[in-house]
Amino acid sequence: MRKLLLLSLVFITGAIFIGRLFYLQVYQDESDSLESDNAIRKVYQYPKRGYIYDRGGTLLVANQPTYDVVVVPREVEKLDTVLFCSLLDIDKSQFLKSYNRAKRYSPRLPSVFLSHLSKEDYAFLSEKLRKFKGFYVQKRAIRDYQTEIGANVLGYIAEVNPDNISTDGYYKLGDLIGKQGVEKSYEKDLRGIKGVKYIQKDIYNRDIGSYKNGQFDTLPIPGKNITLTIDATLQEYGEKLMQNKMGGIVAIEPSSGELLTIVSAPSYNPSLLVGRERSKNYTKLYRDSIHRPLFDKALIRMHVPGSPFKTLVALAALQENVISKQETIFCSEKYVYGKNRREMKCHCGGGYRNLFSSISNSCNSYFAMAYRKTIDKYDNASVGMDVWSDHIKSFGLGNFLGNDLSVGKKGNIPDGAYYDAWYPDFRWGATTVLSNAIGQGEILVTPIQLANMTAAIANKGFYFTPHIIKSIEGDSINEKFTEKKETTIHPSYFEPVIEGMHKVYTNGTASFLKVPGIDICGKTGTAENFTKIDGVKTQLTDHSIFVAFAPKEDPKIAIAVLVENGYYGARWAGRIASLMIEKYLKGEISLKYMERLVLNKSLEEEYLKPYSGKPFKINQ
Amino acid sequence: MNLNRANSFQLDWLVVLIYMALVLFGYFNIVSAATVGEFSSYFDLTQPYGKQSVFIGLSLVSIVLILSIDAKFYERFASVIYLASMVVLAGLFIFGKKINGAMSWYEIGGITLQPSEFAKFATALAVAKYVSDLQTNIKNVRDQFQAILIVAVPAILILLQNDAGSTLVFAGLIFVFYREGIPQKYIFLGAILITIAVATLKFSALFVTSVIAVCLVIYQLFFKRKKKKIRGSLLILGLCAVLSFTTEWSFDTVLQKHQRDRIELWLRLEKDPDKLRVMRRHISYNLNQSEKAIRSGGLTGKGFKEGTRTKGKFVPEQHTDYIFSTVAEEWGFLGSSTVVILFVMLIGRILFLSERHKSQFSRAYGYGVASIIFVHFLINIGMVMGLIPTIGIPLPFLSYGGSGLLAFTILIFIFLKLDANRLNVW
Repeated sequence: MRKLLLLSLVFITGAIFIGRLFYLQVYQDESDSLESDNAIRKVYQYPKRGYIYDRGGTLLVANQPTYDVVVVPREVEKLDTVLFCSLLDIDKSQFLKSYNRAKRYSPRLPSVFLSHLSKEDYAFLSEKLRKFKGFYVQKRAIRDYQTEIGANVLGYIAEVNPDNISTDGYYKLGDLIGKQGVEKSYEKDLRGIKGVKYIQKDIYNRDIGSYKNGQFDTLPIPGKNITLTIDATLQEYGEKLMQNKMGGIVAIEPSSGELLTIVSAPSYNPSLLVGRERSKNYTKLYRDSIHRPLFDKALIRMHVPGSPFKTLVALAALQENVISKQETIFCSEKYVYGKNRREMKCHCGGGYRNLFSSISNSCNSYFAMAYRKTIDKYDNASVGMDVWSDHIKSFGLGNFLGNDLSVGKKGNIPDGAYYDAWYPDFRWGATTVLSNAIGQGEILVTPIQLANMTAAIANKGFYFTPHIIKSIEGDSINEKFTEKKETTIHPSYFEPVIEGMHKVYTNGTASFLKVPGIDICGKTGTAENFTKIDGVKTQLTDHSIFVAFAPKEDPKIAIAVLVENGYYGARWAGRIASLMIEKYLKGEISLKYMERLVLNKSLEEEYLKPYSGKPFKINQ
Repeated sequence: MNLNRANSFQLDWLVVLIYMALVLFGYFNIVSAATVGEFSSYFDLTQPYGKQSVFIGLSLVSIVLILSIDAKFYERFASVIYLASMVVLAGLFIFGKKINGAMSWYEIGGITLQPSEFAKFATALAVAKYVSDLQTNIKNVRDQFQAILIVAVPAILILLQNDAGSTLVFAGLIFVFYREGIPQKYIFLGAILITIAVATLKFSALFVTSVIAVCLVIYQLFFKRKKKKIRGSLLILGLCAVLSFTTEWSFDTVLQKHQRDRIELWLRLEKDPDKLRVMRRHISYNLNQSEKAIRSGGLTGKGFKEGTRTKGKFVPEQHTDYIFSTVAEEWGFLGSSTVVILFVMLIGRILFLSERHKSQFSRAYGYGVASIIFVHFLINIGMVMGLIPTIGIPLPFLSYGGSGLLAFTILIFIFLKLDANRLNVW
């Protein structure tokens, strides 16, 4: 016993130690990886963000250096705060606030004291800076816009939020990420890949050399430059025309699906969201709840399409063989239907109407008939509705287009099930939902969907997914953008509809919008719309809508214009569409009078009406 | 001549090998832990590892010296060595130099020496000499008292120099007395005392006293054989109560703040998580960092000179008391457990060799060597891993420190010399 006490204690101690070591080192296994080791600092080197060009090769977005003043509180010595504040153009309370924040974060580590100094301020400051111990200047790259247009298309970059960080491990606090527009949708191409240097640090967080001689370090890979399908000249012109109006313009090259223009009005200068004033400007834009400049109206503003939709109703009816181009009806300026002899008004002027004149004069009675026949062809209204709905949807309506834009809306094209749910007793028929025939009712579209639909008509039965990317440096664009998408309508049925749309310009609702030397096919539209004022549903002035493509043979441009509360279609949307087409195809404007009229028109008064708190008149 | 050559061959090579392995391994870890900036040369005397190189050289010289001196010298001059050592220790109060709050160093020509390290083998020699003396009967209370006195003198001198860690090492010599015949009850008493003290701190004096009272009542009710034992029970209860309340009182008044905090952390007395976090960050900062470094080593470690936490000086005092965390970080579980196994083998081997001796002096000295190394091993590695409260004490052979290395070398090689000589009849 006396021999064994110490010996056994030694063995027990040894066993406990090995057990504890096993628990700490093997069982818990918190061995450091390069990423988790807090004795290693990862210093990132940011690559150049890719440049953005328009389809003609004009540089739209580049980079510029910006300078942040950083401070290491511990190194700061007594300084002339008055002079320092005047150099940085801040006041003393701001100085103290920033300084104390930095000190709270860490007295030993650098933190940003003042961000986004301009080049001029930097040049001025850098001479004097050595007098102020503990303050340094650090260079960063931010966006430099070479243009004042296309804010909605280009989007902007901003610091990542915690959500971005948790969904993509690439991002670290303070990194920049594309938040809208192509900056968002082509973020992965534009951003490049950060380089990283692993640095051994000591307990005070000071760097004491590179980790393992930098064998794990990587160099930054610069972001790719991208070229957009946008035509900067046309985009700029479109934004000019939309001044003081709300709405959107989308122009597509039908033969490729390339988006020539996406105007959202009102817009803003993209340079507002860069640099020192960024957050102030952003808040201002964000808070403008009447104009909502940060929303891309061309992509997400859903509205009833109005009369341009009649072209699709005609095509569906032709495909279903329930009308023919010779067929004529008599319009008595109303369409009477149902047991109770309900009426749908028509403003076409009345008389005998065939397909061509119905499109050119937008005859409601004709399309009510065509729509009704299409659905009534089938014994069951629900089945008929499904067939009709499939035809319409084949033009890219009622669903996301699958494009490369950062935002979008589905819109709505009802089918049989949609109304079965509305009328659980299944007692509904074509006449119950007749307003769909003239693009009112439950149909909802966005301007880009309207433009795409027009492109499909121009192509006589197919379209390419609209896209904004023309090329990516050293990479190819998504294959789906070069894939033809067929509609369900046979190409031969497009002829009469296109003729009808051409007639709109020659002697129809848009005859005063003719552009000399260009054969344009178009269709006017007027969309009723409502808002709620103090909980009361109130009708507002109609949206002015217009779709068109030109030239009639071998179309180069398909366009949709929405001017909110612009009243009838030809009034503003039609004029803008004609001007845009002339600008794109001829490069100059011959319709000077019309251009002046549009430029000088402000609808601001119209937009303020619902907020005035007083009764107001509409459609004046 | 023949006889002498035979002696040198009886040197226990296993102990020598383990010693060499530990010293060399320790040295490389010091190189890792103490490198600041670029590594220059193993003999750069401005760096701790350079100084350690010199002390390893000095240790080799001292080994030769120790082995060449006649074995009988150590027994014969044990008292002289002890007395000289005590004088040198006492001299610290006049000529000593204060480093890190402890008055434990002499400075001679730029080199600092720590006499408390040398007092360890001197005391071990003196204890061995005393218990092996024919006139000493360790079962005799008077002799027990004298034996305790031999240990208490250096222990108290060192305690007064504010080096509480080293004092504990002398308590370890109780194992020598136990081996040589001190009554069992002392050991039991010691164990009970420690249990009651720790339990008091953990739960409170009132609680501990109540538990003991309940136990005694149960004993009286179910196991009583003789009535008169009631008085004995009451006496035990009274003593325990006094002990328990004294512990509680002295914890609050006698101990210094940092010592109190260390114990509170160890026994997990602080329940408030915010206060606990603050305590962790400040009081057990070293421990916290050393545990993290140990964890980060994993199974195989990060490799020699690749320990990122070691390089970044995350663990303070890493080349001295916390050298084991460098071992664990850079060599992983494989390296750290090897060190533990080497220590167990070393102490086990010394105990085995001691038992083979016919000479009581050699056996007692062997036990002294084993006890001293064991206490260092237990406290140092236990502390670095957070198993016991923080007590500043080096890890033998591995920790940086010239005096320590030299003293442990002398300690162990005197024993090896005695062992090599064990067959010679005196």
